Amino acid sequence: MSKDKRFLQGNDAVALGALYAGCRFFAGYPITPSTEVAEKLAAMLPKAGGRFIQMEDEIAAMAAVIGASLAGRKSLTATSGPGMSLKMENLGFGCMAEVPCVILNVMRGGPSTGTPTGPGQSDIMQAKWGPHGDHPCIALTPSTVAEQFTETVRAFNLSEKYRTPVIILTDEIIGHMREAVEIPAEGELEVIDRVKPDCAPEDYLPYDSSKGDVPPMANFGEGYRYHVTGLNHDASGFPTAKPSIIDSEERRLVRKVEANYDDIVKVEEFMCGDADRIVFAFGSSARSAKDAVLALREKGVKAGLLKALTIWPFPERHIKKYADGGVKGILVPELNLGQAVCETERAAGGKCPVEGLFRVDSEAILPSQISGTLERF
Amino acid sequence: MAYDYAKFIRPGRLPHIWCPGCGYGIIMKSMLRAIDSTGWSKDEIVLASGIGCASRLPGYVDFNTIHTTHGRSLGFATGIKLANPALKVIAMGGDGDMSAIGGNHFIHACRRNIDITVLVFNNYIYGMTGGQYSPTTPMGAKATTAPYGMIEPSFDIARLAVAAGATFVGRTTSYHAVPMEKLILQALNHKGLSVVEIMAGCPTGYGRRNGQKAASDMLIWEKEHAVPYEKAKNMTEAEMAGKFAIGVIYKDESRPEYVESYDRAVGLSKRG
Repeated sequence: MSKDKRFLQGNDAVALGALYAGCRFFAGYPITPSTEVAEKLAAMLPKAGGRFIQMEDEIAAMAAVIGASLAGRKSLTATSGPGMSLKMENLGFGCMAEVPCVILNVMRGGPSTGTPTGPGQSDIMQAKWGPHGDHPCIALTPSTVAEQFTETVRAFNLSEKYRTPVIILTDEIIGHMREAVEIPAEGELEVIDRVKPDCAPEDYLPYDSSKGDVPPMANFGEGYRYHVTGLNHDASGFPTAKPSIIDSEERRLVRKVEANYDDIVKVEEFMCGDADRIVFAFGSSARSAKDAVLALREKGVKAGLLKALTIWPFPERHIKKYADGGVKGILVPELNLGQAVCETERAAGGKCPVEGLFRVDSEAILPSQISGTLERF
Repeated sequence: MAYDYAKFIRPGRLPHIWCPGCGYGIIMKSMLRAIDSTGWSKDEIVLASGIGCASRLPGYVDFNTIHTTHGRSLGFATGIKLANPALKVIAMGGDGDMSAIGGNHFIHACRRNIDITVLVFNNYIYGMTGGQYSPTTPMGAKATTAPYGMIEPSFDIARLAVAAGATFVGRTTSYHAVPMEKLILQALNHKGLSVVEIMAGCPTGYGRRNGQKAASDMLIWEKEHAVPYEKAKNMTEAEMAGKFAIGVIYKDESRPEYVESYDRAVGLSKRG
């Protein structure tokens, strides 16, 4: 059988990846540079038996996605900067109520309206800390159109497996670029569905963690009538003000993600084996970083790339390994004024210098900027 | 024999949080009797609420229930209905939840005519936070954030729903417990977006600052100011000043329901 090879835009690859993963609901609101995802799914979802809706605002879109997931459909929304800010309230609800869903943030430049048509990577900290309160965060950072597809599938898998919203943090460059992509055949990539309860409805506790940190999830309408709330709740799902339960449930919520670093955190180690200097990069900046590493290797400079496909939980163990291993330094290029670099410094623990390379003029970081800096290490 | 509510009440969830004299318990009872009359199974019913006193109701009753974020119940409810149209979805919230912070979601749900029943508990005040003015606080009334009296004109929620495109709109009060039950039943059985605005007293947050110290004062006020719609529509504006119409205010069964329209348009259903 011949391979299904297509010349795809990055945003379209997310739409196709979502369908592959079993997504059957999309709610969104038009916003540059993410709109193509909504347009694609408006056309394609019904053909797969799914439904699409353009809501009245970003807040409602996030709400609808959580509602649809509770009613049993894998759900996606897509947005950018200002829209992501509006989604925070209900994103926090999704974390608290433990409802799987996927949020695509095609990052653009600047605070507020910024530069809608330019790339940015300045929502790294927002992804982690945007919703108020302590909560788990899984965020993925694809850097090629092919990864837009595969990481979208992984985003759905992680969200179903850990019963939590998952963010795909991509940027305008990858969202709008076109590359040849080999579409995986059905069954080629693993597709994970939420674990459902196997007990009788009358015995069901929607947040029962006695058998693990991720409780089985029943869909509305399947006979397991239960209560969902954003208030602190106990295993039964009903509100509680008991300090010991508030404490243990908040800790479980964060732990269910943080304790599964090896399963969730994916980092590509490119030419890192003998490297004496490392560039830690993600998204579009990782593309430039790869070119920079290749150029330096030509010149005999032992550079390596740590390409993060997961940015949250932060790939601190990967960074620590190289910092402890005695590299001369780690460079973090990012389209912001210093976000992942602070986390990298924390992970390096003072074992090696960590330097940032920042750009916020709505242009990509060039390979020459990265190689020039790495060379000086 | 008295009606037995126990089959709908979740064991161990009462007492409720509502203050003595609050009208919301009356609404819960009328709603449960109406739901009972539909013949629907508890498994197929979803209650979605926002934040506030009214929005605590779903926690007490034995359905699929979701207590969402402030004003957002209709966003969640829309996703639930689209994901599984076989579910019977009822959204509820207070006047602040539905017409202030949730106002945008309210008008757009009405406009789409999606098959959801919306119950708006209107006590003209933010009760849970202690009596701040809401979009339905009457002009001149006192609230903790309007110590000199309310200066903003009120929303007429039922008229807002009609204007926005809801295809069934009714209004009732907590005094009219039995007519309320019948009105909610009609709303539940309506295909499309139905709204029932229910005037109810908040003695703690509103009444005691506005000359209605006892819960009974508020019920009497409701009785004296409610005018059946059939009568109200023939009254002049001057005659209706300070009063409000109750009963079925608007009904249109000709407009297509949203999910059915969607499925027809995209080829998910066989028709058309």
